[in-house]
Amino acid sequence: MLKVTIDGRPIEVSEGTTILEACQFLGIDVPTLCHLSQLSPEGSCRMCVVEVEGVRNLQISCATPCWDGMQVWTKSERVVSFRRLIIELLLANHDTDCFNCPATGSCKLYQYAMEYEVEGTRFVRFKTHHPKDESSEFFNYDPSKCILCRRCVRVCNNLQVNHTLSLKNRGPDTWVGLPFDKQFKDSNCVSCGNCVSVCPTGALTAKASKTFRSWEVTKTRTTCPYCGVGCQMDLLVKDGRVVGVEPAQGGANPGILCVKGKWAYHFIHHPDRLTTPLIRKDGELQPVSWDEALDYVAEGIQRIKEESGPDAIAGFASARATSEENYLFMKMMRAVVGTNNVDHCARL
Amino acid sequence: MEETRVVLHKAGEIQPTSSREYEAAGGYAGLRKALADPDQIVDMIKASGLRGRGGAGFPTGLKMSFTKGASADKKYVVCNADEGEPGTNKDRVIMEEVPHRLIEGMVIAALGVGADQGYIYLRAEYPYVRTILEKALADARANGFLGRDILGSGFAFDIQLFIGAGAYVCGEETALLDSLEGKRGEPRVKPPYPGVAGLWGKPTLVNNVETLSNLPAIMEHGPEWFKSMGTEKFPGTKLFTLSGNVVNRGVYEFPVGITIRELFEVVGGGCPNGKRLYAIQTGGASGNIIPASLLDTPMDPESCAAAGATFGAGDLMFMDENCCLLDVLENLTEFFVKESCGKCCACREGNPQLLHLVQKFRHGTAQRGDLDLLVELGSAMTIGCLCGLGQAAPNPILSVVRFFPQVFTTSDAYAKEVS
Repeated sequence: MLKVTIDGRPIEVSEGTTILEACQFLGIDVPTLCHLSQLSPEGSCRMCVVEVEGVRNLQISCATPCWDGMQVWTKSERVVSFRRLIIELLLANHDTDCFNCPATGSCKLYQYAMEYEVEGTRFVRFKTHHPKDESSEFFNYDPSKCILCRRCVRVCNNLQVNHTLSLKNRGPDTWVGLPFDKQFKDSNCVSCGNCVSVCPTGALTAKASKTFRSWEVTKTRTTCPYCGVGCQMDLLVKDGRVVGVEPAQGGANPGILCVKGKWAYHFIHHPDRLTTPLIRKDGELQPVSWDEALDYVAEGIQRIKEESGPDAIAGFASARATSEENYLFMKMMRAVVGTNNVDHCARL
Repeated sequence: MEETRVVLHKAGEIQPTSSREYEAAGGYAGLRKALADPDQIVDMIKASGLRGRGGAGFPTGLKMSFTKGASADKKYVVCNADEGEPGTNKDRVIMEEVPHRLIEGMVIAALGVGADQGYIYLRAEYPYVRTILEKALADARANGFLGRDILGSGFAFDIQLFIGAGAYVCGEETALLDSLEGKRGEPRVKPPYPGVAGLWGKPTLVNNVETLSNLPAIMEHGPEWFKSMGTEKFPGTKLFTLSGNVVNRGVYEFPVGITIRELFEVVGGGCPNGKRLYAIQTGGASGNIIPASLLDTPMDPESCAAAGATFGAGDLMFMDENCCLLDVLENLTEFFVKESCGKCCACREGNPQLLHLVQKFRHGTAQRGDLDLLVELGSAMTIGCLCGLGQAAPNPILSVVRFFPQVFTTSDAYAKEVS
């Protein structure tokens, strides 16, 4: 174990622990813009810098491993004034029309500007940003809000592995674009929306996010119902209605979702959605209670089994159920009904 | 003043691409000694005190020991021939005049660290050097200095030539490796260092042309001989590039520690047309600009640092009394704006702001607070940028603020500067 002191507080960490991770153990807040714990450090935003005793340059806490006897200062004057300068540099070329920005309330640049008391910038605007791309069915891209943290590019290339987003040009002309300067709708984008989920500002925003502010929603952690993978996600709920979905860090999903999990939540409030079981009575489907429906099924199975034997019954499970549910269903068909006639829609 | 030619030994006297002529002039003797006892190579380099000649001055033996000590199925030796620093031409001279010394150095390095594949990353702006290197490599292969069984020793090593795509930042070793892998040339986050995880994640020794070209002589004559030249902390000779307002511009090899005055007055022959020397940019485009009063500073990293100069890759650009430093700063900062890779915020967004502020002074529109902001931003970049490019880009500006404050503080600075 390595003995490290951060802001005067001692902590023991294992070999390979970064300063940022050690800070998180201690509950010390370090600002980050480009950091994503599920990917290797990028080191591009320079917000997470800290001062390490005996080292001339500021060190990025996301990538610098702790060493034994290390002394770290996360809020020294040098650190704070450097972070303020970074915020000022970013604000100089950022469209600060925050009032109309869907990310207001969740924007990290806004949050840090408030926290570090940066009320404006002393620097000049020199960039002409590329035009907005609102061609996607699900989200909008506004380059004038982009701070080039590269989270979207890294998630698209390294986690989704779709290679839609890439960095174009270099130096101050760098921007995030698509192959052959296409729009999203004409590209190989699969609309997974993971770029939107990780964007720290309002550069990539869900179209639906115009209808709410982050402080108006509550988050409910749940399991995605679309397939058996079991991705964890947070439903954003405003006034009893789901208005958005954000991926969570789950055992099966490293903070990402697919197009269905991320965007296909509108069925929840669809008027045609079945919310109770239906039984056909007198030629008409009629709502019934779960007890009545289950009794009906149980009686049907029992009757067929007595009349024609268990192999007259087959069970067909859904890929939208979890693995555990599918296992239980198989068990029920074999042990309770007594047939091996059980299959699954994903076994094509 | 007589040069001390170690790296440039016999340069200009032999046919550059011919291994036979190079061997007849004493070449490949270091390699033969190295092949006799490969285990000793890294220790000998360590004992010689050789430090990197590319600008950072990292101890070469120590760097080699990282790669030697790393266990992997594949290791690489990469020669950094991306000589992009404006005002530096030394590696070009080595590759043009004595390419076999570089090849010999790379084979010795590979033998020392256990690599079997080498790359020379040559900057795209040196197309004529490419032709020379290609011929020299083919000649070395044909004569058993490269290939599957070098000089009958059983040691296998070959070198592939790779041409860069014209980016200054690719002189930074991790950006160079990304470029070599076919990616955008952008510096990586360190650690891991290339010595442990470099090209394609394998242990990789990355050294400058001049550094590698020092290895043959150290092998041949031994560490003590090497340490008899130069300073205690930076032994050996160094190639110095003299440019700007100096009569004898060019590349010269002298022991480290020679004074700037000797290089300027004796070797360089002073300013042309009897002009007075005004300023010297030391260490290349990203180095400090110092006044003529510091001419007696010895050219070694420690003395340079103490005086406020930059040793860098041994470049000296002389500026006479007609020179306008704001013009110089504008030109240099424009270069860094164009060459910033755009990865880290401080460099990508900082350099254009530095340029804007310098231009305000240059055009006489600077306001109260602009100088403070220039210094605040420049100083922040030196301690907070991702790589050496961003960290060093403000050096010229900050050194002019230190040594020539009147350039900024006089309201009609520009008018006074241009005589």
